[in-house]
Amino acid sequence: MSDSATMERPPQDAEERQPVTKKEITADNPTWCPGCGDFSVLSIYYKLIQKRNIPHENVTTVAGIGCSSRFPYFVQAHGVHYIHGRALSFASGLSLSRPDLHVFTFGGDGDAFSIGGNHFVHTARKNVKMTYVVMDNFVYGLTKKQTSPTSPIGFKSKTDNWGAFDQPINPMKLAISAGATFVARTSHTNPKHLLEMMEAAMDHDGFSFIECLSECTEFFAGAFDNSNPRKGGEFKLMPEDHDPTDEASAYALAGEDFPGRFGIFYQIQRSTKNALEASVIEAAQDKFQGKPDSEVLQATFNRMK
Amino acid sequence: MSETTVSEANNGSHSQASNISEVTIRLAGNSQDGIQSIGGFLARLAGRSEREVMTMMTIPSTISGGASIFQVRLGSGEVLSPGDKADVLFAFYQHSYDNHVNNLAKDGMLVYDSDHVEPHEEWLTKYRHIGIPISSLTVEAIGGTARDKGKNLYALGLIGRMFSLDTAKLERLINERFGGKGESIVKTAMDAFQSGYRYHSDDISNLFRLAQGGAERSNQVVMSGNEAIGYGLIAAGVRFGAGYPITPWSDIMELLRRELPKYGGSFIQCEDEIASVSMAIGASYGGHVGVTGSSGPGISLKTEAIGWAVMAEIPLVVIDVQRGGPSTGLPTDVEQSDLNIALYGGHGDSPRVVLAASDVEDCFYTAIEAVNIARKYSVPVFLLSDQAIATRIEAFNEPDLKTICKDVELDLSPVASHKPYDLSSGDGLSQHRAPGTRIEDGRYPVVTGLEHDESGHPSGDAVNHIAMTKKRRNKLKTLADELPVPEVCGPDSGDVLLVGWGSTKGPLLEAVEQLTNEGYTLSSMHIKHINPLPTSLEDILPRFKSVYIVEMNDGGVYGYGQLAGVLRARYADSRIKGINKTAARRWKVSEIIERVKARLEEETAAA
Repeated sequence: MSDSATMERPPQDAEERQPVTKKEITADNPTWCPGCGDFSVLSIYYKLIQKRNIPHENVTTVAGIGCSSRFPYFVQAHGVHYIHGRALSFASGLSLSRPDLHVFTFGGDGDAFSIGGNHFVHTARKNVKMTYVVMDNFVYGLTKKQTSPTSPIGFKSKTDNWGAFDQPINPMKLAISAGATFVARTSHTNPKHLLEMMEAAMDHDGFSFIECLSECTEFFAGAFDNSNPRKGGEFKLMPEDHDPTDEASAYALAGEDFPGRFGIFYQIQRSTKNALEASVIEAAQDKFQGKPDSEVLQATFNRMK
Repeated sequence: MSETTVSEANNGSHSQASNISEVTIRLAGNSQDGIQSIGGFLARLAGRSEREVMTMMTIPSTISGGASIFQVRLGSGEVLSPGDKADVLFAFYQHSYDNHVNNLAKDGMLVYDSDHVEPHEEWLTKYRHIGIPISSLTVEAIGGTARDKGKNLYALGLIGRMFSLDTAKLERLINERFGGKGESIVKTAMDAFQSGYRYHSDDISNLFRLAQGGAERSNQVVMSGNEAIGYGLIAAGVRFGAGYPITPWSDIMELLRRELPKYGGSFIQCEDEIASVSMAIGASYGGHVGVTGSSGPGISLKTEAIGWAVMAEIPLVVIDVQRGGPSTGLPTDVEQSDLNIALYGGHGDSPRVVLAASDVEDCFYTAIEAVNIARKYSVPVFLLSDQAIATRIEAFNEPDLKTICKDVELDLSPVASHKPYDLSSGDGLSQHRAPGTRIEDGRYPVVTGLEHDESGHPSGDAVNHIAMTKKRRNKLKTLADELPVPEVCGPDSGDVLLVGWGSTKGPLLEAVEQLTNEGYTLSSMHIKHINPLPTSLEDILPRFKSVYIVEMNDGGVYGYGQLAGVLRARYADSRIKGINKTAARRWKVSEIIERVKARLEEETAAA
């Protein structure tokens, strides 16, 4: 478990193996509604796997519950469809015990910020190595139009017929204040930018979080039009002089009115939990100089006589 | 105290020690006095002297301080329970004296700290009192700044003198215990101990000589139940776990956090119980059997995730160190009331394995068994312990670690094709392939909590749901066929069979032994594998006229407890009845005897 190899290290027979094709990595037909933003995230994920030549068997996709969390079924690779809100905890156990994998976790706004809010905060602060993409549609889609933790004030849902009035969560602010080391924002309408963010997230050594606006055409159509140039909106990138290590500046930019900015808000290097645990292991094992486990345990038992 | 020369000890001539085969000593003080460590030293000494030992302690639920007791029963024969009554009570404070005298045996002896305790007139005649200014003598021995520190070692010295214990061995133990903390600490500890040992009074000098133990109990290790579970998990090859603090489970978590790195593993303290179980399941999916654990309330929180592991067929070990419930209940007391949640906690039909450990040694081996079952059957396995076993210390024969320890290598070798929920075997068993495993036909598995087909794809098909439900159930039936049939102690048929589980085992065996000595004919049986129940258990129960299930939980609306409910449902046998206790205290041998006698009388009267 202390093997610190990354997933990008090719296996021994890599020279003979061709990069995985889109056909090989594509599984079931997505069950999403026509026009759903999640299609775009899925196809960019395929592209990322191909572009980065991730060995097929190392692609590991984890999700919780929600429309977007059906994701793993649509990827022909090792995948997990876990329970609502806890995908990050599952993925943490996987990441910490299998440092040879780079785990991708996908979910929606309900999964991430409502039922799983606690896990989001703690996975971020612990800096568990993985990439987390939240496909944020500002609404509960799978359960058919209830208010979500990111629904804007005034959004008329089945649980707020008169318009939502609870303050929505700002995912960028939440991630920055929780201690995430990579915080980025993108949209399904800009696939090039989405891929750029996914690549940067994958290259980040730590917990890399992307909020990807992903429109629910069924229950919140047009929610993101004013961020989409094709619909007359503006896809406003981060200011060119923004220093992503400047927490205060990142936080201030996160506070801009919707549709806000897109790009990497915040990125710093801080030891991952994976690395910190590995160093504890290394120090502990150092004393035993490769002795078999039975002898290590025997030494402990000898002190209990 | 079983004495062979009682009269000699009581006739005022103490020059010659009386020989005893066992003794129960209760130390009563405050939790910060370190009385647990006196018990720990005595337990270890017993382990090194081929004696049997069992201890019991209470921890106050207050954050710091508070009354605390430690009871240690030492014997040269078999010791099955921590003892009902104490032969010797060490009372450090007035409250210790006032509250624990009723736990002293009839001819018991009371040693009290005369600096703090004012004996009561009426008890002076009833019990033999020995007042020793323990506090001031300790200060005298090790210096005035130490205040209450060191009193425990002074008392240990006194005990050493009273029971003619092997001081060389005790001093070695003290050296080992404090050796790492610097010379001055060792010296202070040794000074306190030796002053206690040298305390000169005919009252306490060499009163008793504890008989040597049998030679077959050589090479013993001494630990608590929680430690035994922790080390058992390690021996079984567990290298990842996650948990959240809660009493009395936390010791196991702390142990694994400290120890696992030596074996290349990690234990993660999580933000909550749900994250803990989820991380453990995530690690299991990754190919290393994950462990999580908790006590009462924490187990409630984990149940949704455990249901997922049942559905997705992921191995998982869940330790439940039971305490008094429901809700926050009695956090530092014992109860066996989590059997139902272990068996049924979760929505839907979610069969899982439930095992219960009965003593400290059994904690070690049951933890190993739990891991092996989880691996082989790809299923969550509950290991039930309880507060009484968790904190008590016992000595047991050192396990053969070379044969037991498993180095479990992650198997990522490629396979031609893979079905994570293969139905073809019929026994319900199937194995996952961890991520990183190349599946040569390019069809990769999704593991999921949705009902799924053999390859893990969601399926709402009725025939499929029937087949998969059967698969998840069948593997437990397969396991049931492999389980050993519980041993019946005493006649294998007759009038009465007493059935217990978990920490009830010791007191139950002792009760049966005593009742047998009194002329009763009855047998006992202990059930370790509660779900599934071992096949052919059904042959045993009908051989007895009455079957009483002795457990520490409520008899409920219909008069029988949680295990009794399981057995009645399984065997449709109304002769299965409950003997229950909800005092949140362990069973005393005498209580079981009284309850069994009363029950037998009731039934005779009714007949």
